Amino acid sequence: MSPFWLVTAVLALAGAAYVLGRARVLSAAAGDHRALHSLPAHYGWAAVQLTLGPALLLYLLLLLAGQAGPLAAAAALALALAALVWALRRNTPDFRARNAVERGMMAVLILASTIAIATTAGIVLSMLFETRHFFSLYDWREFFFSATWAPQFQGRSQLGILPLLWGTLYISLIALAFAVPVGLFAAIYMSEYAGRRMRAVVKPALEILAGIPTIVYGLFALITVGPLLRDWLAQPLGLGNSASSVMTAGLVMGIMLIPFVSSLSDDIISQVPQSLRDGAFALGATRSETIRQVILPAALPGIVGAVLLAASRAIGETMIVVLGAGAAARLSLNPFEAMTTITVKIVSQLTGDNDFAAPETLVAFALGLTLFLVTLGLNVAALAIVRRYREQYE
Amino acid sequence: MSMTPVTAGAGSLFARDPRTARRRAAEARFRAYGMGAVLVGVAALLLLLSSVLSSGLGAFRQTQIHIPVMLAESALDPSGTRDPAAMRKVTTIGYGKVIDAALKDAIAQAGIALPLTDAEIAAMVSKEAPAQLRNKVLAEPALVGGTVQVSLLANGRIDGYLKGRVTMDSAQLDRNVTPQQLLLADEMVARGMMSRDFNPGFLTAPDASDLRPEAAGLGVAILGSAYMMLIVLGLALPLGVASSIYLEEFAPKNRWTDLIEVNIANLAAVPSIVFGVLGLAIFINFAGLPQSAPIVGGLVLTLMTLPTIIIATRAALKAVPPSIRDAALGVGASRMQAVFHHVLPLAAPGILTGAIIGLAQALGETAPLLLIGMVAFVREFPSAPPEGFFDPAPALPAQIYNWTQRADPAFVERAWGAIIVLLGFLLVMNAAAILLRRRFERRW
Repeated sequence: MSPFWLVTAVLALAGAAYVLGRARVLSAAAGDHRALHSLPAHYGWAAVQLTLGPALLLYLLLLLAGQAGPLAAAAALALALAALVWALRRNTPDFRARNAVERGMMAVLILASTIAIATTAGIVLSMLFETRHFFSLYDWREFFFSATWAPQFQGRSQLGILPLLWGTLYISLIALAFAVPVGLFAAIYMSEYAGRRMRAVVKPALEILAGIPTIVYGLFALITVGPLLRDWLAQPLGLGNSASSVMTAGLVMGIMLIPFVSSLSDDIISQVPQSLRDGAFALGATRSETIRQVILPAALPGIVGAVLLAASRAIGETMIVVLGAGAAARLSLNPFEAMTTITVKIVSQLTGDNDFAAPETLVAFALGLTLFLVTLGLNVAALAIVRRYREQYE
Repeated sequence: MSMTPVTAGAGSLFARDPRTARRRAAEARFRAYGMGAVLVGVAALLLLLSSVLSSGLGAFRQTQIHIPVMLAESALDPSGTRDPAAMRKVTTIGYGKVIDAALKDAIAQAGIALPLTDAEIAAMVSKEAPAQLRNKVLAEPALVGGTVQVSLLANGRIDGYLKGRVTMDSAQLDRNVTPQQLLLADEMVARGMMSRDFNPGFLTAPDASDLRPEAAGLGVAILGSAYMMLIVLGLALPLGVASSIYLEEFAPKNRWTDLIEVNIANLAAVPSIVFGVLGLAIFINFAGLPQSAPIVGGLVLTLMTLPTIIIATRAALKAVPPSIRDAALGVGASRMQAVFHHVLPLAAPGILTGAIIGLAQALGETAPLLLIGMVAFVREFPSAPPEGFFDPAPALPAQIYNWTQRADPAFVERAWGAIIVLLGFLLVMNAAAILLRRRFERRW
């Protein structure tokens, strides 16, 4: 019996439990609702819970233990049946069905809210486990301090993270150097200068940029921006003739980050109290003087938080760099050369046929863990800064 | 009383002193920077959208060759029974010969005299065309024995010529097409035997191999994405709503709930690729679920979408005023009843809006799908759910990535076309979310 049919059968039993549980308590009370502790439906639901819960839990546990055979299904079905009988016997007019039902619902709610924790634990544990495996095969000093990335199928690979880290940081830096001024100035213009009608057009337009999937930006980098930069900048300047480059990926990622920086900064700037503006205007400051000397210093912590969040986004971005940055791991300062990032190498080491005993595959988990920890650190710092900033003006 | 100038050394108020002029100039400059930044953002958006539209719209129109084909009984139904089971014995090679002969006849009939070899003429049609014709005949065996007017897919290079991707110069260097064939294409277009028509196959057909880009379609990928969205909706919405209800309405303020809160905020910002690594390690390696299956993609995207839905749901619950809860409790409802009978229905529009936006994000997500094998080459349609959840199928964004990795530039056009489809879906979903918000949002 497949899991699907088992679930269907248990659900059918639960449906029967509702009807029978309700009917039984009503007949016991001779149809008089006032003799019941709870509403009749509660008695039905109490029976449903008892039928459904333990049986599905048992089946899930058996599945996790690798016992998916007909025996497991039979056990679950038997448990459901036994629970149904017990639930019907429990349904007397004195039974506090509402309390029982609500206790069950509360358990479900609490279980659901721990999924978030379970996810984080899953991420950390799965990567920690494989990373330990990796470091048992490969020296950790080599991984963190070697400047060569050269995986080989025959073994004897050199897997140093430094070139990948450099590519990641270089691309993120270019992206931020583009997105932060543009996003910040756009936010300032929209919150301090723009009229209502312009805001109504421009703000959603910039937010569209945030809703476009990254694969679209990736293709844009690969097909449109890359050749454009190569033909108009890199080749005339003699800096290289590769369409995929740090500059290509950085610029396109910068476009992607504009709405991120601008909408966060917009929120933060509009939280600066009006009294500060009024004070500056009263002293005769122009709008730009007010912004530069009063509003921005007051909003600075929040803006730093926004930039950190954008940086974490840039470091973890995958599709743009997979399609726009290239695959060559090198340490170079030339922004028109192809370089590669941590995320690109996670993708290239984990696509295709994976051999989970080889360091060339397992290194992806070490890279993933590094990436997770770096972005987590940035996020925690950013959220703490933004929160403290909010409290300052509340 | 007479007005005296405040600024030292200034004459009339109507004449601007240098310092004021400087400050005014600085103000104008600053404002121009702001305007410039907004323009850069809008220009980037327009460049992106115009590049998508100009490169992608071509994928929806495909070059077709319109010729009469004589469906000889001796070639296609040797048994003469018109029984599809028996006719299946004739493979696409047999139909290919029929098409080649028909095309040669049609060209001779039209009076086109170009020095072309038989192989060059045969290569005008797609390698997929025999299969197309075979399916048509097997669906309607009565056609055999007569002559039917059919529209057959043209070869990808010929299609590229009509779209300007292939030129006489590039054909000189190309082993797959000759300039003579391009001249023939010109003649056929002039005689109405060849034209570019709307190509429904782009939306319904499965992917095709490297040699026949003209036949590649998004059918399987759209279905795969739809399956994943069903899973995400079915799991993330109930889980997200349940956990938000607990956190917002019932949770005590303690270390544990604080930990959950911080966790959800940070989970929303974890790079998507990390979820792919998680999916590979846990769902595929540990739990043994199949690669390339919508079930794994759906589970990974569920975990990614949960924080979005939780944040939106909590905001919606918070927006319902406490007086509603108090009133419910006052007439004897339990806290659970107050929440489920009164607060939740009032918060539903906000929750649905958040769910749609989360779903739209999940639909466009690519990176984690690369790691769990959703970029595999799949031509078979998955079966109906729930079994279909375990059949291999690519997803829409993964299919786009797959096409960018192919050698033939014709696939790049299809990738842009697929992006138009993807953006179309996203547009519809976001418009639905906005409409929902406009229509049902309540201000208390």
